[in-house]
Amino acid sequence: MPAVSMTVNGKTVSGDVEARTLLVQFLRENLRMTGTRVGCDTAQCGACCVLIDGDSVKSCSVLALQAEGAEITTIEGLADGELHPMQDAFREHHALQCGFCTPGMVISAIDLVTRNPDPSEDQIREWLEGNLCRCTGYHNIVKAIQAAAQAMGG
Amino acid sequence: MYDFNYHRPRDLADAVRLRSAAEDGVFLAGGMTLIPTLRLRLASPSDVIDISGVDGLSDLEASAESVRVGALVRHATVAVSADVKKRIPALAALADGISDAQVRNRGTLGGSIANNDPAADYPAAILALGATVMTNKREIAADDYFTGLFDTALEADEIVTAARFPVAEAAAYAKFPNPASRYALVGVFVARIGGAVRVAVTGAGDQGVFRAPEMEKALAGNFAPDALNSVTVAADGLNSDLHAGAEYRAHLIGVMAKRAVAACA
Ligand SMILES: Cc1cc2nc3c(=O)[nH]c(=O)nc-3n(C[C@H](O)[C@H](O)[C@H](O)COP(=O)(O)OP(=O)(O)OC[C@H]3O[C@@H](n4cnc5c(N)ncnc54)[C@H](O)[C@@H]3O)c2cc1C
Repeated sequence: MPAVSMTVNGKTVSGDVEARTLLVQFLRENLRMTGTRVGCDTAQCGACCVLIDGDSVKSCSVLALQAEGAEITTIEGLADGELHPMQDAFREHHALQCGFCTPGMVISAIDLVTRNPDPSEDQIREWLEGNLCRCTGYHNIVKAIQAAAQAMGG
Repeated sequence: MYDFNYHRPRDLADAVRLRSAAEDGVFLAGGMTLIPTLRLRLASPSDVIDISGVDGLSDLEASAESVRVGALVRHATVAVSADVKKRIPALAALADGISDAQVRNRGTLGGSIANNDPAADYPAAILALGATVMTNKREIAADDYFTGLFDTALEADEIVTAARFPVAEAAAYAKFPNPASRYALVGVFVARIGGAVRVAVTGAGDQGVFRAPEMEKALAGNFAPDALNSVTVAADGLNSDLHAGAEYRAHLIGVMAKRAVAACA
């Protein structure tokens, strides 16, 4: 089986995988990091978002082998003793109910705020096109992202 | 998804060699079309040749005459490029309207035009601007490049290296997106170049992207939305599916074309 090696949340990891192994499978099944969710499984819902070299992507549609040598950040890699400001804002603003979409929402939102430190409400809603929430609604998620952007210095 | 042999060549020659040696090989760029296709088992290639590490396919260059977009340039890069926004703002806007941020972070120009999905956005820009598709073997004019549904003039071992878009005097793209996927239900790209007008329609044709000669003629005489009042769009040859019927698509072509012309002003 082909070998793959990448950096996940700052740690070098490697493994032997079938070529068809998806990045999300590698994270969940090989590394046992189950914070990244599989939702729709067809690159639409965004529950599986992770950062690859800083860009948010849907890890259900990326092969583990395509991430060879890359730097991956998952939801598990955000808190550093205390919650990341984006996680904290989601908690503070009650931006979740069941929590299934939350890891993907948080990762996607961090990508947005990195590109656009002071996004408008419209820009946030537009950006969330690729992240579906089926219970709490987007309202508090938008509020949380706005608050986090302020906290992160926007 | 069935398993396959995975390769990651560093240069074009290696990529071509691997493709030729494979029993049933396929190139992989951003994977936003191919990986879902493999997962649905709509394809089961013996070999996947990942060209994302091939040198020289990721450049984006712009001059007063043209914008050259390397095959591996991602939609997200075109969307925010200051050069593209300055020379052909309609192209940046088109890239920004493809799907969502995560798909734009992976999907590439080369993958989009090699795949030639009948509802994809880039083919409309290629055809309306009269771009040149550059490959490892030759240069292909836009009018010769798209040959049907998911079909192009590319040979099996031919790799798109870039597309060269001439800078237009005016250009705009108007799309009615499918609200779920953002693929074009109908998209119309209008461009005025060297006095001539070219109109390309995506999302609607049962053979993929096509030009609208009657609209081009009407707009050449009078480049204004009202000039299109005299043009009727027939539903023949247009797609009917669960998203929209052919008649509705025909109607939308007129509406989107007018919006695009108005946006050129
Ligand atoms: C949820 C979702 C929504 C989408 N919405 C839209 C949309 O609104 N509008 C739109 O236009 N597109 C949309 N897309 C498609 C997206 O733009 C794809 O990224 C694009 O069509 C293919 O690019 P890729 O780099 O991902 O190609 P890949 O998936 O890697 O490859 C696609 C095909 O092209 C071939 N190929 C790739 N690169 C080359 C090359 N350089 N030379 C020769 N052959 C090559 C491959 O062999 C394969 O057959 C969507 C995709 C998804 C998953």
